[in-house]
Amino acid sequence: MGFSDETRERAREIIARYPADRSRSALLPLLHLVQSEEGYVSPAGVEFCAEVLGLNKAQVGAVATFYTMYKRRPTGDYLVSVCTNTMCNVLGGQEVYDTVAEYLGVGHEETTADGKITLEHAECLAACDYGPVLTVNYDFFDGVDPAGAVKIVDELRAGGRPTPSRGARLCTLREMSVQLAGFADSREGAVADGVPGEPTLRGLRLAEQHGISVPGFDPNTPIRSKDAPAPATPAKAAPTGSTAPDVKAPDAKSPEVRAAETRQPDAKTPAPDSPGTRVPVDGTAPAPRDAQAAEAAGVAENAPAGDGKPAGDSSEAQERSLDEASASARSELASPAVASEKEAQQ
Amino acid sequence: MTTPRPETLAKLTPVLTKRWLSPDAWQLRTYERLDGYAALRKALKAHPDDLIQLVKDSGLRGRGGAGFPTGLKWGFIPQGDGKPHYLVVNADEGEPGTCKDLPLMTHDPHSLVEGVIIASYAIRANRAYIYIRGEAVHAARRLRHAVDEAYARGYLGRNILGSGFDLDLVVHSGAGAYICGEETALLDSLEGFRGQPRLRPPFPATHGLYACPTVVNNVGTIASVPYIVLGGADWWKTMGTEKSSGPMIYSLSGRIANPGQYECSMGVTLRELIELAGGMKPGHNLRFWTPGGSSTPLLTADHLDVPLDFEGVAAAGSILGTTATQIFSDQDCPVYATYRWLEFYHHESCGKCTPCREGNYWMVRVYRRILAGQGTHEDLDTLLDTCDNVLGRAFCGLGDGATSPVTSSLKYFKQDYLDYIEGRKTPRLSEKTLVGAH
Repeated sequence: MGFSDETRERAREIIARYPADRSRSALLPLLHLVQSEEGYVSPAGVEFCAEVLGLNKAQVGAVATFYTMYKRRPTGDYLVSVCTNTMCNVLGGQEVYDTVAEYLGVGHEETTADGKITLEHAECLAACDYGPVLTVNYDFFDGVDPAGAVKIVDELRAGGRPTPSRGARLCTLREMSVQLAGFADSREGAVADGVPGEPTLRGLRLAEQHGISVPGFDPNTPIRSKDAPAPATPAKAAPTGSTAPDVKAPDAKSPEVRAAETRQPDAKTPAPDSPGTRVPVDGTAPAPRDAQAAEAAGVAENAPAGDGKPAGDSSEAQERSLDEASASARSELASPAVASEKEAQQ
Repeated sequence: MTTPRPETLAKLTPVLTKRWLSPDAWQLRTYERLDGYAALRKALKAHPDDLIQLVKDSGLRGRGGAGFPTGLKWGFIPQGDGKPHYLVVNADEGEPGTCKDLPLMTHDPHSLVEGVIIASYAIRANRAYIYIRGEAVHAARRLRHAVDEAYARGYLGRNILGSGFDLDLVVHSGAGAYICGEETALLDSLEGFRGQPRLRPPFPATHGLYACPTVVNNVGTIASVPYIVLGGADWWKTMGTEKSSGPMIYSLSGRIANPGQYECSMGVTLRELIELAGGMKPGHNLRFWTPGGSSTPLLTADHLDVPLDFEGVAAAGSILGTTATQIFSDQDCPVYATYRWLEFYHHESCGKCTPCREGNYWMVRVYRRILAGQGTHEDLDTLLDTCDNVLGRAFCGLGDGATSPVTSSLKYFKQDYLDYIEGRKTPRLSEKTLVGAH
């Protein structure tokens, strides 16, 4: 299908947010955008993204299929996600999901026949203090039980829009996808909707009630200039007890510490190109114009990522050796090894 | 519910959360009235190197789980290298149990924006991105609104407050992949690829976004910066412990009377936190808990007095992580809890490396078998053996984290496993779930 002019205009806006030669960064928002028009990422949507970014469809498809929020089949107006990760699960989220699934007669990532509701079980939705939770088009309904959840889906199917516990009033999944593509919520006053729930404020209320505040805060505390004495060296992580005691380790360190040192090196971790080997240059900060020139120079120096490769994995050297290899294969001075390889190929 | 004792109440340190009580703090005019953007004005008068030094002096450590010293990370950015620098905020909150960043961005989004501007000025970045979890639409809505307001008021864009410093800030929504909370996977995702981790070294400090020097920091880390700029390093260090300075938002969930967010001085204990939360739910006794999300080894009722700072939790054999304290009682089964977490890791494994992709796939199946009453004693060895082959051998921390609940629950609750295997406990899963399992 052809995409509307509005979508095309929005695609241009999205691409303009990123550096000119890094337009591929716009791919995730663009996939949200095509989902806003079709309700899912269709082959046409993949083609659209490929076309506006100058990629091929396989490159776009590889990304679209990686992420949970890009749906590959048509969805309903409302995506109901029930958290069944551990905390919500033990607090009753599994019963909520099972009840709703049975009531609607659909399973995970399936849509009701009237095209209203797509159901899914979700992994942690980052609202454990409100558990068990479900979301409708990603806005929260807190502390739900099976009966309450059935009431919510009933109201949705009857054309109503129940009010979420927090966040803004409901919109359709397609409208939400426009926001996910990075556009402001266009509904009058929707940004102001919703007040913080009690769990969010609990610690604060307790402090307020008992008159507790953090003392000694002086906003005029001077920022020391660099002639000030050197600071203490940063703390090194203490060794942790091993949770896999039966394995013989190559050294005395626990696996957690060894893994942590590899993942999160500090200044002392030996590494051939450790960033810590360079010391920040003292001197004045670059003027903004210099910084822009620097950005242009840096962009020129670092070719955008090629096919399936993260930026910075320069394939230049590889291409050069490939060129050289084929050149030498063509040349009469080809080494016996190359010649025999050529024969083998023939 | 009993009132917490005064000495326990004194552990509360409302700093990052304090504006949440003002219902309109997400709007610029309210934020400005509550000290908003005062830190930015102050910071822009200072030399960027002095700001990096200030953050080093404060002892601020990353709030995203690893606890890496923030000032050191900023100092790694090579200056005068002729390349553009980037600041990327990791707002892909998704670690099971963690729920501190989303309320911050929803109720006080400008504090993050202000922190971004100051941090970008310090590391000399002219472009910054906030990579926010896709599902977090309520927070993203407020954050985008805050960024628009900041542009309109001249806090973002060209020549910020006449300082000659330029900054563009983009709020970029993810699309539902836990792995994108891993910083190099996040960078790949931000570049428009599948979110899969990169080999390190080189580190993002030299080869990050678009292969340029990049700082990736958590929301809580960046939102702390304006307070440090205003109050100074010494004030910041009046909170917390010597090596883990400052306040921390502890997210309490589960079997307690009042789950919620409690911002406390680092080093508070679970006993104190439960006291603040009004005690356990009636009829529940503490059995196991996570100090910082599901990727941190479980602790038990024996660890109630462990100081919850980076060193204290490490000494107890776990990791402080994101201070997402999930509290389970004697009515919850550690084997089932671990199984559900593993389903999560199996679903979220990006598939790049074999240990994590295959290890989690098979461990889930072993758990299903045990929970369906079909497990064998050998299964427990298989689980430990699998963990040995994942921990430290997976490509990134996701695989390492997946082994935490397995090895720790086997360490403390082996009897629960044996009860399923030896038929003393009623199976939790039906045999139907075993179709196709070996």
